[in-house]
Amino acid sequence: MSYIYGIRGPVVTVKGDTPFSMQEMVLVGREKLIGEVISISGPVTTVQVYEETTGLKPGDPVEGTGSPICVTLGPGIVANIFDGIERPLRQIAEQSGSFIARGVDIPALDPARRWDVTVTAKVGDTLAGGQIYATCPETSSITHKCLVPPDLTGEVVSVSPDGAYTVHDTILTLKTPAGEQVPLTLCQRWPIRTPRPVKARHPIETPLLTGQRVIDSLFPIAKGGAAAIPGGFGTGKTMTQHQLAKWCDADLIVYIGCGERGNEMTQVLQEFSELIDPKTGRPLTDRTIMIANTSNMPVAAREASIYTGITLAEYYRDMGYHVALMADSTSRWAEALREISGRLEEMPAEEGFPAYLPSRLSEFYERAGYMETLGGAEGSVSIIGAVSPQGSDFSEPVTQNTKRFVRCFWALDKSLAYARHYPAINWLSSYSEYTSDLANWYHARLGEAFFDYRGELLRLLSEESRLMEIVKLIGADVLPDDQKLVIEIARVIRVGFLQQNAYHAVDTYVPLEKQMRMMEAIVRVYRAAKKLVERGVPVSRIAEAGAFDTLGRMKYDIPNDHLEQFDTMLKTLEGKLREIEQSFSQM
Amino acid sequence: MSLKYIGLQEINGPLVAIEGVEGASYDEVVSIETDGGETRTGRVVTLEGDRAVIQVFEGTNGLSLKNTRIRFTGHPMELPLSGELMGRIFNGAGRPIDGLGEIFPEKRQDINGLPINPVSRVYPRNYIHTGISSIDALATLIRGQKLPIFSGSGMPHNELAVQIVRQARIAGDEGKQFGIVFAAMGVKNDVADYFRRQFEESGTLSRVVMFLNLSNDPIIERILTPRCALTAAEYLAFEKNMHVLVVMTDITSYCEALRELSSSKNEIPGRKGYPGYLYSDLASLYERAGMIEGREGSVTQIPILTMPNDDITHPIPDLTGYITEGQIVLDRALHAAGVYPPVSTLPSLSRLMKDGIGEGFTRADHPALSNQLFASYAKVQDARALASVIGEDELSDVDKLYMQFGKRFEQEFLQQDPHENRTMEQTLELGWNLLSILPATELDRVDSETLQKYYHPASAAQA
Repeated sequence: MSYIYGIRGPVVTVKGDTPFSMQEMVLVGREKLIGEVISISGPVTTVQVYEETTGLKPGDPVEGTGSPICVTLGPGIVANIFDGIERPLRQIAEQSGSFIARGVDIPALDPARRWDVTVTAKVGDTLAGGQIYATCPETSSITHKCLVPPDLTGEVVSVSPDGAYTVHDTILTLKTPAGEQVPLTLCQRWPIRTPRPVKARHPIETPLLTGQRVIDSLFPIAKGGAAAIPGGFGTGKTMTQHQLAKWCDADLIVYIGCGERGNEMTQVLQEFSELIDPKTGRPLTDRTIMIANTSNMPVAAREASIYTGITLAEYYRDMGYHVALMADSTSRWAEALREISGRLEEMPAEEGFPAYLPSRLSEFYERAGYMETLGGAEGSVSIIGAVSPQGSDFSEPVTQNTKRFVRCFWALDKSLAYARHYPAINWLSSYSEYTSDLANWYHARLGEAFFDYRGELLRLLSEESRLMEIVKLIGADVLPDDQKLVIEIARVIRVGFLQQNAYHAVDTYVPLEKQMRMMEAIVRVYRAAKKLVERGVPVSRIAEAGAFDTLGRMKYDIPNDHLEQFDTMLKTLEGKLREIEQSFSQM
Repeated sequence: MSLKYIGLQEINGPLVAIEGVEGASYDEVVSIETDGGETRTGRVVTLEGDRAVIQVFEGTNGLSLKNTRIRFTGHPMELPLSGELMGRIFNGAGRPIDGLGEIFPEKRQDINGLPINPVSRVYPRNYIHTGISSIDALATLIRGQKLPIFSGSGMPHNELAVQIVRQARIAGDEGKQFGIVFAAMGVKNDVADYFRRQFEESGTLSRVVMFLNLSNDPIIERILTPRCALTAAEYLAFEKNMHVLVVMTDITSYCEALRELSSSKNEIPGRKGYPGYLYSDLASLYERAGMIEGREGSVTQIPILTMPNDDITHPIPDLTGYITEGQIVLDRALHAAGVYPPVSTLPSLSRLMKDGIGEGFTRADHPALSNQLFASYAKVQDARALASVIGEDELSDVDKLYMQFGKRFEQEFLQQDPHENRTMEQTLELGWNLLSILPATELDRVDSETLQKYYHPASAAQA
């Protein structure tokens, strides 16, 4: 029997004779609030509580559960919205109204709902961990595959016929080599802080396409990769995350609202139910799992929400799906770590963050990857984490440490956001180390020219930034014409290519082929114009011919499914340039 | 059950410690009787075995170890609520100070509130018309939003807040009940009085609930003030179906009070000495704005904060900006140039406006117009930077137009009288007239059709 000894915010100290183990889930007080053991020293056990501790009293009972914090994995996760420890928010609303009350005890998966199960295993089969024994349609986009728990092997001794079952009905019974009979249902449990095992890690070679030009063409992320989006407030982190969640070509999205705004989660809920997934033609919610632990919900559950999210993602990866996980924002998660560390009176490292911040970050990002699952399928988890640096200062510990563990960095820029250039991804300070891993894929899909155009774009942009230093001092008028051309064409790249309007029906998602054609158009016009300029044609003549304006508007003017219009456009533009050339040589 | 204890173990700043306590619960309210028979209120902040640490709202002046009596009430801090709140004035801890007697409560509510379930929220979409061009066009206020004013000492944030309150009309719902909750935290007496007088003059005083914690009032009470105010606002909005506008000033004083309290509890400090939980604490206030499914009312927040040394990267504005849905930033240079309201256009932002403006809400061209104004005004800054180096005469023709646009934008669009209430039409027209100063090729955020409809170079000249 153990009881509460002291209470300090979300941290509770416990005395008594229960042999708690580290990270064990405990039930605190008479309301049985969920908590987790975070340190044990002699007679005193320290517990972080996942709910508000108001009203707890010293002497109240604390019970152990004998297992670490787990999530329930089974059909009914997709299209659902959970809090940080996998409690379904819709059911909480039904039970406790519009405000989240404490101590609600609701199972993660609806125990009454029946699923249309097809049993694929037969009596006599030998099944190992990760192999599929049954499937059921979970949503219109996702087929749920029931997997043998990773640590279990055995021979099937009995199976139920196909039919409608609840998550707790026994589907089949396995006899383990030790002779134990284990019933398998549609669901299983897994501790959130332990990565689910896989057979092997595959090299990364496929991009996660997002339909966002600055990402796909300049700084691509790979399936199984990890990216960070750092940016001060108002730079559009959340907007970018939403765009990626809507349009990226993953099979499944796990969206974690970690310590962010309540209204934003509501927006995701509403918008995603109205939007149609271009791949399946079904609502986006049917391929989305949402985890909402808004900033005013308990801080310890915020810390757990990241792990809950990644565990759900890994579970679907094990079924052979490509999962993209968006965490908005990892800084809030780090702050939750700091807050709890402070309550424990641990020795702080940089800016009050605990010294174990980098190791926790690396543990999290290493759970991304392109894997061969235990069942032999291929699946991936890609992580895209937003970072909210204090005072927009990228030198702060969360941004710096995150940078060490991700290979793709999309730096959001305040001055771009002020000029309403969205996505405000700074093309000079962002990078993607996946570019070389993905080179073969891009070559095969778009040809060798892709990297030629991409390189030219990046070169022009960096050239522009150098020239702008001069322009800031003496104005653009004094530059020689070839440099004026660079400035003009870089403006086209910025406004016509990098900037992308999330609210425009055509521009919000752009297929890779169109991105390629756009880059081609820009580079071809630039190279043709450069020849003219070398012959002495002033840049103003080329501008008057409408070359730059046309390029600037092609993102709106040419529909995504009529790429042949690029040929017409280029023909017209190159024709005009030839006219200029002719009239100039006649003079 | 109420237990009473005599004597304290320790008094330290606003905290007192008492030992031998049984059955006290975390966050419970206690009443404290002093030697002189005065009664004060406090709250349990730490429990360890039979030792309780209590923060005393009114301060520990005059308390002694021996003769202080403490009574545990058995419940957390609650605010009595009823429809009679309207028109009343309370202190920071929610007790009436207008001499009109106690509230006869319909119910009592824990002032800490509970988080709104994200699935029960209604995504805010209806804009609130403020009659102020810089806000209506560029950082539109939406019903259920939290939109702070980032200001600095000496700038007219109070005037701006009063003007918003005076002119705010909810588009489409003119007749609905409208209420104002005003929370003063650590502001000077004159400021609180200014607000009261302004509410009186505009005839809204009977629709205002005021919670006043002035700069010489106890700091612990300051931590309760916004919570009391928001509890009242939630009650009026979600149980009395009112649209409530909550004005809270000054968040900076609130955070400083929190820091003071945190350091007296010997907590490990985070950035600039503020406690590590400042973000969560501020979020527990700001997130209490919004609308709920099935209820008619709404809570809209306009917190005001003065940025220490005008530094937007200071932890208080920084963390606030990460929680709130945008911000209205005031600019000292514009203020010095005599522009009222001195709204700094570029960093000001309303995150919710994208879904609350445009066709069906304000006018179809509104999103394009505001985008273009932002983009063009950003270029004005470049032109000005250049002009300061090479002189205005040396600028290119386009840059000269930008200089002209920038000047007139500030003097005609931003500048308006504190009593001028512009309609949305007027504001949008004004915006297009100013954009028409610039050549059409510079307007790259507007599609050709909209441009044709609203771009009139001739009207720019005569406007």
